Amino acid sequence: MAKPENELTWKDIETGAAVTEPGSAAGYRTGDWRSQRPDYDFSRCLKCGICFVFCPEGCIRQNQRGFYEADLYYCKGCGICAYECPTRVIKMRDEEEK
Amino acid sequence: MGQRVGIEVSIALADAVKLANVDVIAAYPITPQTHIVEHLAELVAEGELDAEYIPVESEHSAMSACLGSSAAGARTFTATAGQGLELMHEVLYVASGMRLPMVMAVANRALSAPLSVWGDHSDAMAVRDTGWIQIFTENGQEVVDQTICAFKITEHHKVLLPVMVHLDGFNLSHVIEPIEMPDEKDVCEFLPFNRSPLTLHPLRPVAMGDFAPPVVFTEAKWAQEQAMLNVKDTILEIWEEFAQKFGRSYKPVECYKCEGAKTLLFTMGSFSETAMTAVDKLRDAGVNVGLIRLRLWRPFPFEEFRAAMKGVETLLVLDRAISSGGPGGPVASEIKAALYNEVEKPRIVSFIGGLGGRDITVTAFEKIIVDGIELAASGSGREYEMVGVRE
Repeated sequence: MAKPENELTWKDIETGAAVTEPGSAAGYRTGDWRSQRPDYDFSRCLKCGICFVFCPEGCIRQNQRGFYEADLYYCKGCGICAYECPTRVIKMRDEEEK
Repeated sequence: MGQRVGIEVSIALADAVKLANVDVIAAYPITPQTHIVEHLAELVAEGELDAEYIPVESEHSAMSACLGSSAAGARTFTATAGQGLELMHEVLYVASGMRLPMVMAVANRALSAPLSVWGDHSDAMAVRDTGWIQIFTENGQEVVDQTICAFKITEHHKVLLPVMVHLDGFNLSHVIEPIEMPDEKDVCEFLPFNRSPLTLHPLRPVAMGDFAPPVVFTEAKWAQEQAMLNVKDTILEIWEEFAQKFGRSYKPVECYKCEGAKTLLFTMGSFSETAMTAVDKLRDAGVNVGLIRLRLWRPFPFEEFRAAMKGVETLLVLDRAISSGGPGGPVASEIKAALYNEVEKPRIVSFIGGLGGRDITVTAFEKIIVDGIELAASGSGREYEMVGVRE
């Protein structure tokens, strides 16, 4: 499917709406219904990667300085990383908070 | 030519599935479908049929296993009835949405409560919008023939939609009838294995049953609906091919003594043969009545049905299910919808009867016809009439 999704007609749909080309759901931004987001205090971070291991969304990446940080396009704000972090680097803050 | 045998219809159906040389059967036994899958299990166990029989723990799993086997490209069969069909319900949409060819025999049964295992069309009507092709059969011969045709229909490259073959529970599934079983060689020629163009294979990766966001779901459903709209022509071709080879022809709408009849009785399923006797008797008594019966329920054969309604003044529709709190019978309401925009249309009287295995005898049919003609002339004001209910 060379066309973008919103230009596909019913004739372009493969039989049974199957997908015959490689791809993933990475294009879908699943973080937009989040009500809380993780806030980091990297001065206490050990770079242990426990938050990376426990993130059920697989949205945590290492930034350029080597700290683990959530990609907010995909983070759903569940707070598991904050709960698991041994040194309390992560605090969950309401989305409205600055 | 095939051999004429006296056989229970369920067993004949299982033998027809064997003739079709299926690869996978996944089913859970439920009355009145039990004899079908029991016999298939025996055929597989005795090595007469080289197929995989998957004994599952529920009908939901049966249909799910069928999805998998059909997606892998295997010729797939299952059978169920009543509550079992309802337990499959959500997976039925998946099968049709994924355009997976498979055949399911449904021994029609009432839905609880109160618990009933007897014949009724409630289960078939509950799944009429799931995107499956639904064929209603009248007698044992038709069950065998339509089961064989169903495999050819479902695997046709223009169709690729699953097919249900309906037979009335007990009234048809458990009776012993003289049936001409087709020759294995003829069935093999009629039914070459048509592999679906899209199957799971390690060398050709494909993802099936994917997620569709609102931006493409409508298009996907419309593509599926286009396939359904084309189905009738393909079915007619296949029935014609069947007639050439086996000498028995089938039509989506069948008329009996309809020529010049002002009043028509409308039935589906095994009631039609009893109704024919009633029509014969009333014709002899000088009543101008005929019988029309529907074989193809989904897709609904609008053209053929409207053509059969030309010149008809009164149509008496007998439903074997209730659309609760609605217009009465589901079949009658669809027929009313099919005729609403016609300029000349018959008056329609909706009857509901034969629920939960209740017999409708020839005498009862005669009463339906006589009462129906009277009601059409005077009008009762009710949405539908209940046949034989004790007040």
